[in-house]
Amino acid sequence: MTQISKTVHSPSRALDHRIEDMMGRLLQAGVVLASSVVLIGGLFYLRAHSGTTKNYRTFTSEPASLRHPVELFRLLMTGDAAAIIQLGVLLLIATPIARVVFAAIGFAVERDRLFVAISLVVLAVLIFGLVHVA
Amino acid sequence: MSLLLFTVLVFSGSLAAGLLGALTGLGGGVVLVPLLTLVFHVDLRYAIGASLISAIATSSGSAAAYVREGFSSVRIGMFLEVATTVGAVAGAFLAALVPVRALAIIFGVVLIYSAWLSWQQSRRPHEAAAPINPWSDRLRLSGSYPDGAGGEHHYTVDRISAGFVTMFGAGTLSGLLGIGSGAVKVLAMDRIMRIPFKVSTTTSNFMIGVTAAASAGIYLHRGYIDPGLAFPVMLGVLIGSLLGARVLIRARVSLLRTVFTVVILALGVEMIVNGWLNKL
Repeated sequence: MTQISKTVHSPSRALDHRIEDMMGRLLQAGVVLASSVVLIGGLFYLRAHSGTTKNYRTFTSEPASLRHPVELFRLLMTGDAAAIIQLGVLLLIATPIARVVFAAIGFAVERDRLFVAISLVVLAVLIFGLVHVA
Repeated sequence: MSLLLFTVLVFSGSLAAGLLGALTGLGGGVVLVPLLTLVFHVDLRYAIGASLISAIATSSGSAAAYVREGFSSVRIGMFLEVATTVGAVAGAFLAALVPVRALAIIFGVVLIYSAWLSWQQSRRPHEAAAPINPWSDRLRLSGSYPDGAGGEHHYTVDRISAGFVTMFGAGTLSGLLGIGSGAVKVLAMDRIMRIPFKVSTTTSNFMIGVTAAASAGIYLHRGYIDPGLAFPVMLGVLIGSLLGARVLIRARVSLLRTVFTVVILALGVEMIVNGWLNKL
């Protein structure tokens, strides 16, 4: 619910806005970087496979080299186009994670222990999702 | 179909999906997944993987613009992201256990429900003012936004536990179906927690990226994310949704909303029928 300004103005509000502004820029930069990598990888991918067809009708899962970061980097060294796209995807996944790290630092600067803790919980869940092996 | 033609067509379709998603406020995934499965005959798991990636791109790509307006709340977002990320991880694990037919049917039901929510939002009644919830200040979730006349409009947050639980559900749907589930997030904040609509929609946009990132790693490990598909889908939806956000300022939104609501309803029914007949 809303009410017209009568309550005490929170002193952290201005800082909150600055943190949000920097977070917005961080996210935008991450997306621009990830999209550029995906675009470059995609163009190489098209050049390498232009005449071929690919079947997406049946699910076969991706090869291990495209699913695990360590092997992905090995493939990347050979200049493989699919690996470049997956690197862009990894950069994209890392972008919101970087935002959570940044928010945690921002709350620490504000000495807001509750929200530092909340940010770290979110970060822990994100890292679990990224590194766990099924 | 040659790979080049396929890529160009998927890119164009994704661009349209991103455009519609931005105009309806439902996000690109709700149009994209039916498009990929029903029109391009892509396996639902690949479609979900590509869609999830595009949700991260759209959410993060438009964040800077939303922040500038000063409506989004980093605190409400972060607090509720505890629920959405845990839900998203649970949803991603569930996705491996649920048969593809059942996924398609769930997707169809969610589509129809989202369409109904989006249609309702444009004609909702005003709620009577409720007493201020003390936990809003205790959890430091109360905030303010510019009222457009140089002042600040203060708001508090209500029914926090109910909102939190609904957010867990939104996260689970996101992880299960590879969509941003913005409609459910806005429902939790706007309807349940009584957060002002503008604050709800912009904060929801912020949260979609973090929520999707929680399950994206699991999808990647499981091989749901194909580079040949992720490339045109991610770029197409991103460009489409950024264009859509610009059009939105000028277009006659209510008419567009009605038209696209019908489109999404039809897609929902088709997903259910195809899932039922096992044709996906």
